[in-house]
Amino acid sequence: MARMPRLLTALAMPLCGLTLSAAFAQDDGTFSEYREMFGDDNPAVFVIDEGAAIWTEARGPEEVSLEQCDLGLGPGKVEGAYAQLPRYFEDADRVMDLETRLIHCMVELQGFDRDEITTDPYSGRGETDSTLEALAAYVASKSEGKTIDIPQSHPAEKQAYKAGEALFWHRAGPYDFACATCHRQDDKRVRLQDLPNLTTADGARSSYPDWPAYRISQGVVRTMEWRMRNCMRQQRLPMLKVGSEAAVSIITYMGVNANGGTIAAPGLKR
Amino acid sequence: MAGRMRIRAQKKGDNTEVKVLMQHPMETGLRKDDAGETIPAHFITHVTATVGDRTVMESQWGAAVSQNPFLSFRFQGAEKGDKLKIAWKDNQGETAETTTSIR
Repeated sequence: MARMPRLLTALAMPLCGLTLSAAFAQDDGTFSEYREMFGDDNPAVFVIDEGAAIWTEARGPEEVSLEQCDLGLGPGKVEGAYAQLPRYFEDADRVMDLETRLIHCMVELQGFDRDEITTDPYSGRGETDSTLEALAAYVASKSEGKTIDIPQSHPAEKQAYKAGEALFWHRAGPYDFACATCHRQDDKRVRLQDLPNLTTADGARSSYPDWPAYRISQGVVRTMEWRMRNCMRQQRLPMLKVGSEAAVSIITYMGVNANGGTIAAPGLKR
Repeated sequence: MAGRMRIRAQKKGDNTEVKVLMQHPMETGLRKDDAGETIPAHFITHVTATVGDRTVMESQWGAAVSQNPFLSFRFQGAEKGDKLKIAWKDNQGETAETTTSIR
């Protein structure tokens, strides 16, 4: 019976306009029930295991593992590292997010060719998780429960936030779209998905900490940069390059807004 | 990759509540890959749960079940410490089983 009134509301909506859609925003339908049933379980656990195995495996032309990779808290320190990314890295003289840093380590430590590993870093249809997806899931899981504390002390970190903020509001493309078009107001949704207001701490904290996340509809863990890439695609903007300044900046902007929130990655998403 | 399972079995009153997360692609045989080739059907067809030699749950599955299926059920008549075994087989003849202790 619970479904009936909802259907009536949906039919009534075109008549009553926006007042009802605000009430809708808190209800993503059966998905929240589905997520509740899972409880603490998440298919991402298998991907985390895979990522942990890849982390310690000797790979690449140099045949070394990633165990000496510095994610910001010192070489090999994974615990809590994701909660403080993106951040400025002196060895690379730039701000890096998790994926950019993982790629950096794969190139610098393991000797992989940058173009080769960044051309197609995400899994396609019918594939299992890619190396980058598995590694991101593993590293992020080691920050679960940690408070997000993305540093803003280095000038480059402040610059990344500023650039991210500018990108967030920058309207472009054939639809004249910006991130802000969908993500600057409370209680909005697109179809059944709630749209977080990423300009506020509450909004950013309701969404940022879940990424990377297991996407049920795709059966793989998707990363934050993947999410950004798809937001750009939906805006009909040029393809976002993995590890690019644009990608890192926009993630810095959202992440810093979410500071004080608690990492809950890998999350579970539709 | 198919085959791994995560099981939680907890005694709650008379019931034992079981939650199983299975790793399996569960391909319907109707999807196409990026090159337009049909991805062959690959899905779990049988799942059984046994405690000792007693089968406590048996089910037949098809292609409509999601990738990495999540299964939850309750049964009676088991004690804490009993071994619960979950086993599946799929349409390609692959099998997997995992045993856990009821907590």
